[in-house]
Amino acid sequence: MPTPQTTLDRLESEAIHIFREVAGEFDRPVILFSGGKDSTLLVHLAIKAFWPAPVPFPLLHVDTGHNFDEVIEFRDQVVAQHGLRLEVAKVQDWIDDGRLEERPDGTRNPLQTVPLLDSITSHKYDAVFGGGRRDEERARAKERIFSLRNSFGQWEPRRQRPELWNLYNGRHRAGEHVRVFPLSNWTELDVWNYIEREGIELPSIYYSHQRDVYLRDGMWLTEGPWGGPRPEETVLHKTIRYRTVGDGSCTGAVESEASDIREVIAEVAASRLTERGATRADDRLSEAAMEDRKREGYF
Amino acid sequence: MSDLLRLATAGSVDDGKSTLVGRLLYDTKSVLADTLDAVHRASADRGLTTPDLSLLVDGLRSEREQGITIDVAYRYFATDKRSFVLADTPGHVQYTRNTVTGASTAQLAILLVDARKGVIEQTRRHAAVLALLGVPQLVLAVNKIDLVDFDETTFARISKEFTAHATALGYSPDAVVHIPVSALAGDNVVEHSANTPWYSGPTLLEHLESVPVEADPHDAVFRFPVQYVIRPRTPEHLDYRGYAGLVASGTVKVGDEVVVLPAGLRSTVEKIDTYDGPLDEAAAGQSVTLLLADDLDISRGDLIAAAGTPPQVTDEFDATLCWLSEKPLTPGARVLVKHGARTVQAIVTELRARFDEQRLASVDSPSSLGLNEIGRVAIRTAEPLPVDGYYSSRRTGAFLVIDAADGGTLAAGLVGAGLPVLDGVDSCTEGGSTAPLTDDHALVSPGP
Ligand SMILES: Nc1nc2c(ncn2[C@@H]2O[C@H](COP(=O)(O)OP(=O)(O)OP(=O)(O)O)[C@@H](O)[C@H]2O)c(=O)[nH]1
Ligand SMILES: [Mg+2]
Repeated sequence: MPTPQTTLDRLESEAIHIFREVAGEFDRPVILFSGGKDSTLLVHLAIKAFWPAPVPFPLLHVDTGHNFDEVIEFRDQVVAQHGLRLEVAKVQDWIDDGRLEERPDGTRNPLQTVPLLDSITSHKYDAVFGGGRRDEERARAKERIFSLRNSFGQWEPRRQRPELWNLYNGRHRAGEHVRVFPLSNWTELDVWNYIEREGIELPSIYYSHQRDVYLRDGMWLTEGPWGGPRPEETVLHKTIRYRTVGDGSCTGAVESEASDIREVIAEVAASRLTERGATRADDRLSEAAMEDRKREGYF
Repeated sequence: MSDLLRLATAGSVDDGKSTLVGRLLYDTKSVLADTLDAVHRASADRGLTTPDLSLLVDGLRSEREQGITIDVAYRYFATDKRSFVLADTPGHVQYTRNTVTGASTAQLAILLVDARKGVIEQTRRHAAVLALLGVPQLVLAVNKIDLVDFDETTFARISKEFTAHATALGYSPDAVVHIPVSALAGDNVVEHSANTPWYSGPTLLEHLESVPVEADPHDAVFRFPVQYVIRPRTPEHLDYRGYAGLVASGTVKVGDEVVVLPAGLRSTVEKIDTYDGPLDEAAAGQSVTLLLADDLDISRGDLIAAAGTPPQVTDEFDATLCWLSEKPLTPGARVLVKHGARTVQAIVTELRARFDEQRLASVDSPSSLGLNEIGRVAIRTAEPLPVDGYYSSRRTGAFLVIDAADGGTLAAGLVGAGLPVLDGVDSCTEGGSTAPLTDDHALVSPGP
């Protein structure tokens, strides 16, 4: 008898199955890749799905210009190491030519949607892999693995297709595309356990380190191209790590001594806060912040 | 015992499904502090004195505004005994397609009834859907038992009525467990209730932690839909030609004789490959790459099966459909069928019977099949498909019916007779056929 599958084996097999379905059914898929842990996991699984052949899709990064240097370095290193193709859509370019306008609060997180949709249209991508997980947020908990977007890139939660067994329906009309979420059924802890099992490398900022930070809206933010502390905000030197990695203006650090994967797993297992609740200002705006962004075409 | 249970809720609108799921998450301490804070705040904003636990799962704006569930929410939680993947489905009849979505992968369903109302129309509809999809285990949760003063007679009456219904649908009595609960107050959900001294059975959670779940039977026959052909053409792997897929059922070993369908070519398995190295054997649920001893022409959509027990290859078969679209199905409709990794054109040549899930009867030769209706049909496909009966192989006996025009999913399809009462005709017609079409040009008629 073969050894019974563990939870991680099952999740891995499911994700690989999804990658191969997309490769079989779509003409121009693309993987959204930011260098964060979920998208790094996506790339790892894609490599496994098609090995020993190369990954048959390019990667796309929507770059807000508000990134952590460590993450961009890591992104480029992954691309080079595995011989992947990376497309970068820079929010700055959209601002420079007037298609987008900088927001008064300085955050560029919501500004990612337009470059994303423009890139999908100009490259004619028909399937877009995202690292979204249902355990992240309750609007995400409602999304299908193959999630149809209309020709404006919008998610229409009331009109989702039934998704039956593991038979995915990738049919779409010209101009529409499908967002595909191979990590739908993974939890944050599954992700970390798998990263440990597979020995997957991540940007260093996921592990504890010293950094100058200041407190805003209950989150530890760090100085960067997105701005810095206001006069009334005090900078402190702290031991922190990042639980999620996004636009620097709205991604908070958590105080943590977890300096390696084992310690991170122990910390995540004991945490009484969700990863987005602990670290993302973008979800605190309203009860339906994520749903609203998804409806507009966000990841 | 399996360490994972996939379960779904079912039952009529407002029977308390989302509250029950919220209660399970809350009482197993699976809700993190910030999520709980948000629920407390939202409940207080609505003027409630206790937190409305359904807000833990009703995650869409319109769901919260209307106080109903519209689409499935997937939640993950674990206790010391097991991990759970929980699909909370909507009760409203308009969203039955989403209930079918949640139930299609479930190993157990919790069907709720409101103790004040008992078994009602939507309870019967959902029970039929669960039976049709072959969800092996049921829990009848008689909810809102607090609103009938924890009355034993009410519970017994509802249980008895439901048992008769479930038995008629093909459930054996030991596959259905009845539990009196209050999702709102928590009685018998995780903790035994002092309010129901007459109930000595397990709490809902105790049952979920211990119910035996059907793993893939070890004697299941080997089936492997080819998803993708891996041909690196790199210097190190010049002649590599692997067939990538997920084992749909059974197991495969190196050296096994296999047949590739629909062509009927035979070969042996030379290697079972993965990124982490080759395997001697692979079982249902594993994604692998098969290399065969012979150079055959195999592409996406083909099925690799055990040579000794191949499925039937046919371009005409009987099936049961659960129709999920507002456009009704009429005889002669041209559709697409997605089976395994193959999508083919098809015609629904005949509507043989419609299942009346309220009276558990069948109506012969209906003129159409409407939204949420279950019917027995005959299908002819443009290319032959290797099909198994749904109840012998849930994976290779299932298919999607897709609208060729807009790509929407029209129906859940099951090869063979879905339910005992529909079992009037032979399940498959042997071989290819030249049966005349009833109406060559009919399309799926547009909805109202
Ligand atoms: N008294 C009492 N009220 C309950 C109980 N369970 C649920 N309710 C109430 O019943 C109403 C409906 O509950 P929901 O959990 O939203 O029902 P649902 O089955 O999920 O509804 P849909 O998903 O829309 O089909 C809410 O007002 C709940 O507070 C219970 O055990 N006792
Ligand atoms: Mg509900």
